[in-house]
Amino acid sequence: MAVDFFNNSEVDVSLEVNGKSYEVDEEGYLADLNAWDADVANAMAEADGAPLEDNHWEVINFLREYYEEYQIAPAVRVLTKQIGKRLGKEKGNSKYLYELFPYGPAKQACKYAGLPKPTGCV
Amino acid sequence: MADNKFDTPEIREYPIIPKLQRDVMSHSKPFIAKESHQEPLGFPGELVDDWHDVAIKKMGDLQSKYRSLQVYLDSCVKCGACTDKCHYYVGTTDPKNMPVARQDLYRKVYRRYFTFAGKYFPKLVGATDLTKDVLDDWYSYFHQCSQCRRCSVYCPYGIDTAEISMAAREVMDTIGVGQKYCNEIISKVHKIGNNLGLPGPALEDTLEGLEEDVEEETGVQVKFPLDVKGADVLLITPSADFFAEPHVDGLIGYAKVFHEAGISWTISSHASEAANFGMFIGSYENMRKLAMRIREAAIELGVKRIVFGECGHAWRVAYSFLNTLAGPWDFLDQNYPIPQHICEVTHGLIEDNKLKFDKSLNDDMILTYHDSCNVARASRMGDKAGGQFVIPREVIKAVCNNFHDMSKDTIKEGTFCCGGGGGLLTDDLMELRVKGALPRMEALRKVVEDHGVTHMAAICAICKSQFAKVFPYYDFSMDQIVSVHQLVSNAIILTGQDDENDENDGENHPQQDIDEAA
Repeated sequence: MAVDFFNNSEVDVSLEVNGKSYEVDEEGYLADLNAWDADVANAMAEADGAPLEDNHWEVINFLREYYEEYQIAPAVRVLTKQIGKRLGKEKGNSKYLYELFPYGPAKQACKYAGLPKPTGCV
Repeated sequence: MADNKFDTPEIREYPIIPKLQRDVMSHSKPFIAKESHQEPLGFPGELVDDWHDVAIKKMGDLQSKYRSLQVYLDSCVKCGACTDKCHYYVGTTDPKNMPVARQDLYRKVYRRYFTFAGKYFPKLVGATDLTKDVLDDWYSYFHQCSQCRRCSVYCPYGIDTAEISMAAREVMDTIGVGQKYCNEIISKVHKIGNNLGLPGPALEDTLEGLEEDVEEETGVQVKFPLDVKGADVLLITPSADFFAEPHVDGLIGYAKVFHEAGISWTISSHASEAANFGMFIGSYENMRKLAMRIREAAIELGVKRIVFGECGHAWRVAYSFLNTLAGPWDFLDQNYPIPQHICEVTHGLIEDNKLKFDKSLNDDMILTYHDSCNVARASRMGDKAGGQFVIPREVIKAVCNNFHDMSKDTIKEGTFCCGGGGGLLTDDLMELRVKGALPRMEALRKVVEDHGVTHMAAICAICKSQFAKVFPYYDFSMDQIVSVHQLVSNAIILTGQDDENDENDGENHPQQDIDEAA
């Protein structure tokens, strides 16, 4: 997206799913965590060309549960350990998570889960 | 999500100076900061109406405040020594990414408003008004400088483009044109204490998880203490160490070192960030406010020493500015460096024979080392010149059997930036990051071919994240970047540890997966 600070008419982007409109930021992350529903996650994944399956949902659901408790996405070790518990030890590693979410479990999975993008040196 | 809309540069056989392609990167601009990112930093939320006058006034302020800036603006003789030294120029071939051209974007405005010749004969001295087009160029190209200072090493006058970039970013922030990535992060530190926005309870949960992991792996109860009053050492480390890989493997390494040496230590939830992004945007006020959190935590917890984890520009701020930003540190133990780098701590313990290693536990790797620019060119470690080059390498060699340096013009003071430093480690600048990594990727490719190197170690959170992200573009695997203290963690033998042969089953050696896959 072009940056135009001379016409700073704050470009609100929105995502249309089944006739419902969701406000998103420049990178497609939901502006409002509470506006999230399963439809929007499915729509985001389909737009990326990889529809969500059960194991994706395990990750997404855990991210939302964790965020609700801690107001932050889980650290990668916390996530891999939990996924190992839920899906089996052989899946409790970041390699598997990258198979599920090739753009990075932290960023891509957070986006589908309606969480803000993790910031910092990550 | 973002697909490749650009070509990854090809690895060249010889690093020759590329042909110029005018303006090929003029489209590269990071997302602009919103009001909610700007205002907590004390900057206007959007472009102010009288932006031109405000900008010129700010330039005047900065020149009077930083004499170095004025010297840099006045002293360039256009000798050309810097032209091919910038990784972004090499990777993008855009002439405005030559350091001298980048400086001139600022210098031509400086000349117009602040020099006699520029005021009266602008055309003769290449002076121009600050126009919308110029500002547009500033926003683009001052966000294509990672403030790595490599050009300054080769400049006969020592002109530091990083300082000019910082000044330009501060001028832009002052008129309401900030960069989202940096300013959102700084606003999170002001509010929560770290770049991620990781609140205390989440930090506690994460650290408890690490204690479980290490105990499971070694049978030893290694603590990851949080907010422990009366600890000797306050560890200030980038929040990426809590969150990401391979950063967290480094954090586990620090914890094992402290444990084995019997040093009492703590992390602070108030100052849970080493990285000081205030430097990237040239804002002294923000840099100071961020640094003051460290002082407050040190006093609150009553510690005697401050140790910094693996973070590049944090170490520049810590080593070079911490005393003036947040000192005096007269309440700390004066027998230790203030502050001290974790590599210095580990190196000292190794020299005193306080740590036991089984180097063969790293035999699945052949290592090289990437000098992070802010450590290499803006700081030092230990008490000898060049200590910042020697100490991390000595640590690696003490814990690994296989080590090879990359070509000598690409390491130490001549090191190439990873391509993501200086506040550019954001997905909206991915093309720049991939292209800017080219010189480092070429040097790495060479040691891979010549010496069979399998992994590169680094001591900067940005470098680690950047390489994990850009490696796949150059046919490396993302796990080929490791933390220096990850290597320490792999090889250290803790007192009372389970027989080391038992734990060689992969989980604590994630790098094995790659070797098997390779």
